[in-house]
Amino acid sequence: MMISSPHAHDRSSVERTMYLVCFALLPATLLGFYLFGWPAINLWVLCIASALASELLCLSLAGKRMSFALDGSAILTGWIIAMTLPPWGPWWLAVTGTLFAIVIGKHLYGGLGQNLFNPAMLTRVGLLISFPLEMTTWASVNPITEASAPGFLQGLEITFLVTPLSDGLTGATALGHVKTALTAAIPSTVSVAEIFNVNDALTGFTRGSLGETSALLMLAGGIFLIWKRIIHWYIPVALIVTVAAMATLFNSIDAERYAPAVYHLLSGALMFGAFFIATDPVTSPSNVKGQLIYGMGIGLVTFIIRTWGSFPEAIGFAVLFMNAMTPIIDRYFRPRIYGYNYKGAPLKVAKE
Amino acid sequence: MLMKFKVRGGVHADERKEQSTDKPIRVLGIPPLLSIPLSQHAGLPAKPIVAEGQHVLKGELIGATAGDRSASIHAPTSGTVLGIGRIQAPHPSLLSYDAIHIEPDGLDSIYLPETPVDPQQLSAAAIADLVDSAGIVGLGGATYPAALKLKAGSRQNVHTLILNGSECEPYLTCDDMLMRERAAEIISGAQLILKAINAKQIIVGIEDNKPQAIKAMREVAQTDSNVEIRVIPTRYPMGSAKQLIKVITGSEVPTGGRSSDIGVLVHNVATSFAVHQAIYQNRPLISRVVTLSGQALATPQNVEVLIGTPVQWLLEQCDGLVATPARMLMGGPMMGQILPNTGVPITKGASAILALTNEEINSAAASPCIRCGSCVQACPMGLLPLEMARHSRADDYDGANEFGLKDCILCGSCAYVCPSHIPLVHYFQFAKGKHRENQIQSSKGEYTKSLSEARLARQEKEAAAKAAAKAEKAAKAAARKKANSQVEKV
Repeated sequence: MMISSPHAHDRSSVERTMYLVCFALLPATLLGFYLFGWPAINLWVLCIASALASELLCLSLAGKRMSFALDGSAILTGWIIAMTLPPWGPWWLAVTGTLFAIVIGKHLYGGLGQNLFNPAMLTRVGLLISFPLEMTTWASVNPITEASAPGFLQGLEITFLVTPLSDGLTGATALGHVKTALTAAIPSTVSVAEIFNVNDALTGFTRGSLGETSALLMLAGGIFLIWKRIIHWYIPVALIVTVAAMATLFNSIDAERYAPAVYHLLSGALMFGAFFIATDPVTSPSNVKGQLIYGMGIGLVTFIIRTWGSFPEAIGFAVLFMNAMTPIIDRYFRPRIYGYNYKGAPLKVAKE
Repeated sequence: MLMKFKVRGGVHADERKEQSTDKPIRVLGIPPLLSIPLSQHAGLPAKPIVAEGQHVLKGELIGATAGDRSASIHAPTSGTVLGIGRIQAPHPSLLSYDAIHIEPDGLDSIYLPETPVDPQQLSAAAIADLVDSAGIVGLGGATYPAALKLKAGSRQNVHTLILNGSECEPYLTCDDMLMRERAAEIISGAQLILKAINAKQIIVGIEDNKPQAIKAMREVAQTDSNVEIRVIPTRYPMGSAKQLIKVITGSEVPTGGRSSDIGVLVHNVATSFAVHQAIYQNRPLISRVVTLSGQALATPQNVEVLIGTPVQWLLEQCDGLVATPARMLMGGPMMGQILPNTGVPITKGASAILALTNEEINSAAASPCIRCGSCVQACPMGLLPLEMARHSRADDYDGANEFGLKDCILCGSCAYVCPSHIPLVHYFQFAKGKHRENQIQSSKGEYTKSLSEARLARQEKEAAAKAAAKAEKAAKAAARKKANSQVEKV
C-alpha cells in the first residue's frame, strides 16, 4: 500500500481516549462502591462483563477484528451504564441494559462511530420506560464500612435473587421528591429544603444512581478530561449555563413553583451528563458552533422536562433529542473556510 | 504597535530540531556521479541540450526550459555527460523519469557568461530574466519557478514581499541554519526580488523557536529601513503561504486566488539566498542546504550539497545509519515523500533527508472514526476533514468538495492528530486526483458532444444547402425549358 504523509503522529489513540474517560470516572465509581456497597460493585462488574461479551459477539457476527473489543469503547459504555443504574438494581437490569446498548445502540448502526444515539442513554431511557419500578428504586446511602451495610453474600442476594427491597432501605431522590411534592401542592421552597443539601449533593452522600451523586467528583473528572484535551469545554459549559440561566429566571418569577439553579445543577445526572454523556464525540456535533448549540439544546430540554414534564430527571431524554438534531446542526453550522466570508461566499479581490 | 493576528487550527508537532542545529552547515564535496533529473519543478520537464560524451563546465546550462512552469537545469560541477537515462523518482510511486548523468572531472571549472552584470543597475525585468535563467524554483518545497512569480508580481500591485523563514516542519533546520549563517545574502536576495516586483517592504516571518536566526537576521536588517523581521508563533503549518500571509498581514487570500491578489508575494529564505547567488555570484541553482536527521541517522546535521548528488553517497559522507530506518523521507515528516531507496538524487526541492525509526513515526492501523472533531480543530483552513473523508470513501467527490476538499492544502494536521490513525491526507490526495479526472472526463464528454452536435448541424446545413441548390437548379432548368419552348414557339 502507498503510504501518504504525514509521517508523524501526536500519539493519541482511540484506546487512550476511552481509557482516560474511564480513569476520569474512577473516583466517582469508587465513591459509589463506598456509599452503596457490594450490590453496587456487583452491578458494575456485571455491566462491564456483559458489555465486553456483547461487543465480542457483535464483532464476531460482523466479521470484524476481535481486537476492537479492547479499544475501550465497550468497556466505557458498560461503565457509563453502571454509573446510571440504581445502585441496588437487579442483575438483569445491568445485563439487558448493556446488551441493548451494544447490540442495538451501537452495532446495528454499524459499530463504533456510526451510531446516531448515545448507546448508554438509549439504555437509560429504554430501561426507565420499560422497568419504571426497578429503575426508580433508590437505595439509601449505607457506606460499605458500616455494620448495617450488606456483606458480600448479602450483596449477591440483593443483586441476583431479586428480592424486593424493604422500604427502610430505599427512598426518593431529591429530584423525585420535589416533583412528587409539587403534585401534592407542596411548594418547592419547602420540598427542596426538606431533601436537598448542597454539601451532600457536592460530596455525593445522597440517594441517586450508582456513580452520579457527587457533583464535585463529576466536575473534577470533567476538568481532568478538558485538561487532557479529551473533551472541550463548549458542550458542558453551554449546557450548565443554559440550565442555570433558565432555573434562575423561573425561580425569580415564582420561587414556590420553580426550584433554584443550585438545586438543578447539583441534582441527578446533570453534572455527569454535562461532562461524560453530552461530550460523547460520536453523537455530538463536530465543530465549536455546533457544540455550543448542542449543549444549550440539552440544557433547555432538560430544564423543560424536569420542570413541566412528568419525569423527574431528563438528561437522558434531552441527550437523545439533541443526538437526533446533531446531523442537522452539523449540516448548518460549519466553521468559516479560509478565503471565504461567514456566508460561505469567496472573499473578493480588492481592486486597487 | 504591531497587530497580532491569530492563526487558526494547526498543530504543535514534536519539533525535534535541536539534533541537527549544533553543527554549522557543512559543504560537501563532489560525488563520483551526479544524476540531475530533468523534472525538479512544478511544470514540464526541462529539455536536455547536451549530448553524451560532451564536456560541461560548472554552472553551464544542460537543460532548457520547455514551456509551462518549466525551469532550466545546470551542471553542478565540471565533467563529462555520461548520458541521459531514466532513474527512479524520489517518490513512492516508483515512477522513473529522465536525468542527465554527469561524471565529474574533479576540477570544478566554472562556466563564465559572456557579459558580466552589474546587480545595482538591473531593471525589474532583467532581474526576473536572470532568476529564470538560473533555474531557481521555490525551495520551500513547492518548486514553483521563482521567475514566474516575479513576473506575475511585477504585473500586479504587490506592495509587500514576505520572506518565509518559518520552517514549521519538524526536524527541518536548513532554513534556520541558512538564516544564522548567511543572513546578509538572504536580505540581499530579498532586495533584488523586491525590486523585481516593485514592492515597498519586506517582512521576514520567523517562528519564535529560532532565536539565533532571528538575531542574525535582525542584525543584518538593521541597516535596511524597508526590512522588518517579524517573530511569529511556532505552529504548524505556519510556513504554508496562506497561513503565513494571514498571520503577518491579517488578510486572507481569496479562495482560488493568489497571494498577489491581496498585494503580497511569499518567497522562501532559501530561494532569496539562491537569487543572491545567481545575480551577485553568477551561480545558478546547482546546490542547496539539506537537513539530514532522524534517529536512524548517525550524525544529524545540515549539509550543502550539489543537486543530483545520490542520497546514498550523501549518507555515507555523514557517518551513515545507526539503525535500519522504518521510513526514509525526502522533506519533512508532515508533507515529505517516502524515498523508495537511497539511489535517488537530491533535487532542488529536497529540504531534508530523514531516516526515521518506528518510534518516531508512530504509525498504527486505522480504526473507525469516532467523530471526535480533533481534525476539525486542527484544520488551518476551517474544513471538516472527517466529512471530507466520509464522502471521499464513498467516491462522492462533489460531497467532499462541499465540505472543503478543494480548499485543502494537504498539510496533514488532521491526520497528525487523528486518534483513529485514519490516513486522511491519503484520502484527500486520492479524491483530489479522482475529482480532477472526473472533471476532465466530463469536459471531454462535453467537447465530444459539442463536436457531434456541430457535425449534425453542419450535415443538416449541408443537406439543406444541397436541397436548396437542387431546387434552384430545377427551377433554373424549368425556366430554361420554358424559355426554350417559348423560343421554339416564336
